[in-house]
Amino acid sequence: MDALVISDLKKTYGSGLEALRGISLEVREGEFFGLLGPNGAGKTTTIGIITSLITKTAGTVSVFGVDIDVDFPAAKRMIGVVPQEFNFSIFEKVEDIVCQQAGYYGIPRREALVNCEKYLKKLGLWNKRQVPARELSGGMKRRLMIARGLVHEPRLLILDEPTAGVDVELRRGMWDFLAELNRGGRTIILTTHYLEEAEQLCSRIAIISDGRIIENAGKRDLLKKLDRETFVLDVSMDGSSLPELDGVGFNLVDDTTLEVTISRGRSLNRVFEQLSARGITVESMRNKTNRLEEIFMELLE
Amino acid sequence: MMRDNLICFYTIARRESTRIFRIWVQTLVPPVITMTLYFVVFGTFIGSQLRDIGGFSYMAFIAPGLIMMSIITNSYTNTVSSFFSTKFQKNIEELLVSPTPNWVIVLGYVSGGLIRGLSVGLLVSVVSLLFVRLPLYSIVYTVLFAFLTSFVFSLAGMINGIFAKKFDDISIIPTFVITPLTYLGGVFYSISLLPDFWRAISKANPIIYMIDGFRYGFLGISDMHVYSGLGMLVLFAAALFAANLYLLNKGIGVRS
Repeated sequence: MDALVISDLKKTYGSGLEALRGISLEVREGEFFGLLGPNGAGKTTTIGIITSLITKTAGTVSVFGVDIDVDFPAAKRMIGVVPQEFNFSIFEKVEDIVCQQAGYYGIPRREALVNCEKYLKKLGLWNKRQVPARELSGGMKRRLMIARGLVHEPRLLILDEPTAGVDVELRRGMWDFLAELNRGGRTIILTTHYLEEAEQLCSRIAIISDGRIIENAGKRDLLKKLDRETFVLDVSMDGSSLPELDGVGFNLVDDTTLEVTISRGRSLNRVFEQLSARGITVESMRNKTNRLEEIFMELLE
Repeated sequence: MMRDNLICFYTIARRESTRIFRIWVQTLVPPVITMTLYFVVFGTFIGSQLRDIGGFSYMAFIAPGLIMMSIITNSYTNTVSSFFSTKFQKNIEELLVSPTPNWVIVLGYVSGGLIRGLSVGLLVSVVSLLFVRLPLYSIVYTVLFAFLTSFVFSLAGMINGIFAKKFDDISIIPTFVITPLTYLGGVFYSISLLPDFWRAISKANPIIYMIDGFRYGFLGISDMHVYSGLGMLVLFAAALFAANLYLLNKGIGVRS
């Protein structure tokens, strides 16, 4: 079953800004779906429409088979959302923020407290439950919004850049948490700026740009499209010249840094042989950018 | 479904009352201090120089008006500031993304206005007892007028909150409309003492009917028809409730 079906969705704001120019996509149940795109591409507008914060201009959206134009409340019950910007009262206590959200979904406070405890513990916020939200750190505020988005046990969780401004260690922890949720059967849609995040987590990825979907494929298929890859080599060379090789581009960045771009199917062995023949020693090597980032840049060009 | 709506209403009402009692120094104390000053200055110092109105001391005459004045101001202020601050902090989105129907949202916020308006009304009533022994002619009219007036002004404050875009917008109506209408609404004088022309103009002020009806509950004297006051309050309540619902259904001020 499809968790989310969007077809020909359009949004033109009052200012005349055309944020969505007819996007269509399907997210299957149980999928970890990534929605990528540069700032202003239409990601947040799309999420806003699915969660009713923004009214669409045209098109249809259905959540687990429920058309939002027919029964939006029923669709909303199946969605949990974690927005990009903090949107809770900074004066309220952590526990109240989470339990109230459950109350808005018709869950009595006694039951809400059970779910609240479960998620606050998992997200490391349990000992902060009586603290007003303004006293939390940035990373804790993000986790609070995740707990709030999950308290009514939605089948579909939508996260809009959940790891923006979160330090590396915490981000890894969040990835593990989200991956575990997904393994438990929950469908997750994630928008992110960090392509590494999408590559790590998502099984399918759509790329949106200027209000249009410009790519929508499984992660593996998408990575197969990558027809070249750039490596950065730390080298030591004394006045030796760079080799010329078919299908390989060399670019000397400075005296000790060499960028090598290799077409798909080419072996790195020949490159090393040639460099070695010219007395160039390779000290270390790394990818210039992650693979998804290269595709992303290519698509946007 | 009805059960869900009830839980949701209770959740909003609980949050509203938590807010009111959490910031009680801002919500409950100032009106009590202001009204105590009115009792001291107008009731004791000036009132002792004035003759009785309708067989009651000046202090007894103004006490119901002052209680009503605090109910009106606090009911309105509570919904407008609470709703605007949830918009300002964006936590209104917590409600908007949920399946909560708009009529439950309106009733939830209005319950906050009622809680604050009536709590302050009760506190001011207790303070008034330190100055004057108020009779209670009809508890039914007293409670009915207090409740309906608080309900109407909570709804009006909510509309203000829906339209408000900045903090200035939440004080314009209280300052330029509600306060003048309340002062001219017969809190301090009986409109029967006014010249014909001003009496006729005063009758266009809806607040006069509310204060007069509330005073009738305490003292059993009135300048207007008590039933027309009640009828008007019910009509206002229905119209303002419908207006709130219309605005939220249209998404005005809350959705883009």
